[in-house]
Amino acid sequence: MKHFSLSGVAVDPAQLRTALQHPDSGGFCAFEGWVRNSNEGREVDGLEYEAYAELALAEGERIVDEAIARYGVIAAHCMHRIGHLKVGELAVWIGVSSAHRDEAFRACRYIIDEIKHRLPIWKKEHYLDGDTAWVACAHTHGAHEPMQPARDRAPG
Amino acid sequence: MTTVTLQYFAQLREQAGTSGEQLVTSAGSLRELYDELRTRHGFSLPVEALKVAVNAQFSDWGRAFGEGDTIVFIPPVAGG
Repeated sequence: MKHFSLSGVAVDPAQLRTALQHPDSGGFCAFEGWVRNSNEGREVDGLEYEAYAELALAEGERIVDEAIARYGVIAAHCMHRIGHLKVGELAVWIGVSSAHRDEAFRACRYIIDEIKHRLPIWKKEHYLDGDTAWVACAHTHGAHEPMQPARDRAPG
Repeated sequence: MTTVTLQYFAQLREQAGTSGEQLVTSAGSLRELYDELRTRHGFSLPVEALKVAVNAQFSDWGRAFGEGDTIVFIPPVAGG
């Protein structure tokens, strides 16, 4: 299975999870991003995701590969929806299986943070009042732990 | 003059009124090309807000482009 996918239709997370099962894995961590009913004080009716698919697929694959290499996890996958979504729908699914829990949590966090900043995907919010707006990612990059240079580490 | 293919997404697609076009341009750099398109389509985003991809790979603004290249100016992203 590819490490990253785009889907124009709803996907069953159980199937994505099953694909990550492995006899060497003792831990599994998933993150689901859902469409929320408000953003910055405005009531949201639904979302529209648009992707530059060719580049998004390549970059998504790169991000999940990085997480696997960086945290040494056994399997990982990220699915991102495109098209029109209603409140409560699954917009993004990330799953990681690994020998132990810690690297699964960290890899999951790495993937969602990088997805938000690097994937050429755009989100248009549709508000209950009929207005719409393209939303820009406003989060701080690198919320997952950056690799620290040796000089910044505590001695000993 | 160089013929390039442009693809537009999100607010650039809406402001251009099309998802893509071919353009014959005398622009000597990606920045000049965006300036030309900004004048042509009235794009509201400044070049500083964008990233750029050439032939489906993220590129730096100093990269040269050539005949037949596909160029995509990438507005601020919002996945997840």
